[in-house]
Amino acid sequence: MTDNLEALRDALPRLGEGVAITLQLTLGGALVAFIVSVVFGLLSISPAGPLRWVSTVVVEFFRGTSLVVQLFWLYYVMPLFGVSMDAVLTGVIALGLNYGAYGAEIVRGSINAVDKGQWEGATALNMSPLTRMRRIIWPQAWVLMLSGYNNLLVMLIKGTAVALFIGLQDLGYQIDELRVDTATIFAYGIGLLLYYLIALAASTGLRALEKRARRRLGLSAGSVHASAGAAL
Amino acid sequence: MPPVIRFEDVVKRFGDTTVLSDLNFDVAPGERVTLIGPSGSGKTTILRLVMTLEHLTEGYIWIDGKPLTHDRRDGNRVQLKQKEVAETRKQIGMVFQHFNLFPNMSVIDNVTEAPVHVLGRGKEEARERALALLDQVGLKDRADEHPSRLSGGQKQRVAIARALAMDPKILLLDEVTSALDPELVGDVLGVLRDVAESTDISMLIVTHEMQFARDVSHKVMMFDGGQILEQGAPADILSNPSHDRTRKFLDSVL
Repeated sequence: MTDNLEALRDALPRLGEGVAITLQLTLGGALVAFIVSVVFGLLSISPAGPLRWVSTVVVEFFRGTSLVVQLFWLYYVMPLFGVSMDAVLTGVIALGLNYGAYGAEIVRGSINAVDKGQWEGATALNMSPLTRMRRIIWPQAWVLMLSGYNNLLVMLIKGTAVALFIGLQDLGYQIDELRVDTATIFAYGIGLLLYYLIALAASTGLRALEKRARRRLGLSAGSVHASAGAAL
Repeated sequence: MPPVIRFEDVVKRFGDTTVLSDLNFDVAPGERVTLIGPSGSGKTTILRLVMTLEHLTEGYIWIDGKPLTHDRRDGNRVQLKQKEVAETRKQIGMVFQHFNLFPNMSVIDNVTEAPVHVLGRGKEEARERALALLDQVGLKDRADEHPSRLSGGQKQRVAIARALAMDPKILLLDEVTSALDPELVGDVLGVLRDVAESTDISMLIVTHEMQFARDVSHKVMMFDGGQILEQGAPADILSNPSHDRTRKFLDSVL
């Protein structure tokens, strides 16, 4: 055990670097995924048919194909067309597109879950579709979105480990390196723990956001998918 | 003066079901009309068509002589653009059975939201007017509360203030007391009587409160099967209907 701990101590700087890469992929990926999910989620409920089709095709493509293969395309195939990016940026974009496609479904579902009476109430006040979305529907859908995003973010954090496939020395890579000097069970145990702690921190943050958003709607902080706006 | 609302050959179908067939009627400026009839007779659909919450299958609705959603141009029926619809729709307000207050804002913000963000009024001006309206409906002291803390009757009074804040020419009341506990109905109807007496807003009212209909409306229209069965002064229709169908309906609700 002492050997394990000593090896761990020696590996700390490298583990720190690995965590830094993983956090970059997480934060960057989450940011891109958020933007992608909002854009394609909103397009998917657009009254204009062609916009909806574009959204469906994009979402289905990135949800339906493997993240690893998407990563390979971005990293190894795109340079053949003259587009080459640094590995972290490639990871961020691949994660963002893939998880953003799932996120688009969260956005679409949450917007559709806002009580129909809220849309009608806004229309009866002669709000334009944009004002209605921005001022009335989105703030209510947001509460529903946050629990979905929370789930997705945790999945994205764990998904960042695919960075290994394009040679990034992320947390997953450094854990694998640690294994050389320690017991396998020890190294991978540390791996579980570190990923868990990162996920826990992110999840706690989002839950705090969700709690605050629920309070603003006058909902109790407890039950999740109460239909926003019902009977108000 | 043109009628404030004119239905011309209006047809509304949901799939294969025809809810309104070739409906024609006028509402004069300042007139308050109550629509009665069994459920499924199309009353609420009429209100929802005027509010543009439903798509008009055939025919025309004219507001103050201007087309609402469809216009007749060179003999063709043309659907109007969003912006054109909004220009006419700003004269119309609606109060719903289930209030539809916005839970993401306080009571007062519910009332000032559209004046500020739709009509472009100043925040202070909108706030003052909202407070006056909340005072009128007896809820000035609840202005900063969250809607979820109000009773059903209070929510509905806020919804009335919210609709009035847009200075509508036409107010649509869709079963506004149907979702309320019986002891809360009186307050809401009291507020509406007050609005009816103190303004010249035209109203289309769908209600099962026959005494209220008798007190505030100039005209009652009895609907059955998507058409007007009979219409006239409330005293005539409600006390002395000429159709058996109307009599049966009134017996069932009184």
